Amino acid sequence: MGMKNFFLKKSLWVFHFAGASCNNCDIEILDVLTPRYDVERFGIQLVGSPRHADVILVSGSINQRDKSRLEEVYNQASKPVFVVAFGACGCTGGIFAEGNTFAGPVDQIVPVNAYIPGCPPKPEAMISGLSKLMQTI
Amino acid sequence: MAETLFYFLVYPGLLFAGVIGGLLSWFDRKVTAQVQFRKGPPVLQPFYDFFKLLLVKETLLPARGAPITFLVAPVLGLFGATAAGVFILVPLFNLQIGFEGDVMVIFYLLTIPSLTYIIGALASGNPLASVGASREIKLIISYELTFLLFFAAIILKADQTMRMSEIIQMQTQTAPFIGSLSGILLFIAGVFCVQAKLGMVPFDIAEAETELSEGSFIEYSGTVYAMVKLTRYIMLFILPALIAGFLMSGFHLQGWGILWAILKLLAVVLLLTLIRNTNPRLKIKQAMRFFLIGMNALVIIAIALTYLGL
Repeated sequence: MGMKNFFLKKSLWVFHFAGASCNNCDIEILDVLTPRYDVERFGIQLVGSPRHADVILVSGSINQRDKSRLEEVYNQASKPVFVVAFGACGCTGGIFAEGNTFAGPVDQIVPVNAYIPGCPPKPEAMISGLSKLMQTI
Repeated sequence: MAETLFYFLVYPGLLFAGVIGGLLSWFDRKVTAQVQFRKGPPVLQPFYDFFKLLLVKETLLPARGAPITFLVAPVLGLFGATAAGVFILVPLFNLQIGFEGDVMVIFYLLTIPSLTYIIGALASGNPLASVGASREIKLIISYELTFLLFFAAIILKADQTMRMSEIIQMQTQTAPFIGSLSGILLFIAGVFCVQAKLGMVPFDIAEAETELSEGSFIEYSGTVYAMVKLTRYIMLFILPALIAGFLMSGFHLQGWGILWAILKLLAVVLLLTLIRNTNPRLKIKQAMRFFLIGMNALVIIAIALTYLGL
């Protein structure tokens, strides 16, 4: 089992699910792929299809319409898959938590393995969150 | 029998070509990272990706579509790439085995991986995958004629011999084909055909990560996707090796020859990577026009120059 976890840890492919995001977190996610932070050093890369994903990175608040889509993407992903709630909206709902279209924070819809709070989180915070996720594998 | 299996499965077939192809894939990613002033992935990254897909991830089947065709297609593609690899690498490494196919066998075997990508994509029943498959078909239609003319020109330059070992021998005795004017034109056309066959960036129309979200491969996961990855690693090794054999007098694996062989291979892959990093994706119409008019004309000029002895 140790060897399997080693390979999984060394090559985490991230699928980015943007809920009703204000786009700020999405820009910060792209920052970690830039020369300054370069997460490809750790084997992390963004993929376009949930079938290839090891990590589903959920940003933005999840409203009534996003809820079923998030569940669908989670079911479509090939297991084992980890879910990371990104930003204040993903973790708790943030300023949208009282809104009437809000469908609950991410962990009430799919199981969440790591939380990265912030509005938006700094790229350093995202790298720190992913490395903590790697330690749990 | 056991010897033949050894050639196909270990050296220079599946295992050897897969390992070298993985290392070349790392080289490609590392050069890409350096071009973008990044640090890039570690050396063993392609193998981590491959073993993660092979051992850890679950293989999912699409709800609609034909599951058996979907699963068999990547295996056939891997077989095609391995067989083509053996027929290219055996004369390149100067090994002696009973059957040595001529270059037309190589040409047909090299089309198998692209065909299986199409079959697999159409069997998945995913609309984005079928768009990717139809684009792949159009791309094949455009580059395959150029590739065939490229083979014809090489055969013509080598005094109409169809055997790869004789083509290489001829270049060793006289001069590498790339030293002549027609050779340079053929090298340009050959590199672009290889670029399209590998699905690298100006021609990654079928995969189109940002618009089709990986197109033909969108439904693949787990072990079958590992097969697709391995096929692509092997193709990244054997196609530059084919260019090196056809135009740069092949590999001579004694003494300093090993270093030269590595340098030739890396030079071709470096060229492919630099083209990939400095060009945007073409539309399918532009790619077709590029091959059907531009590259075909280039190869026909090269053939005419060959007749004139240039």
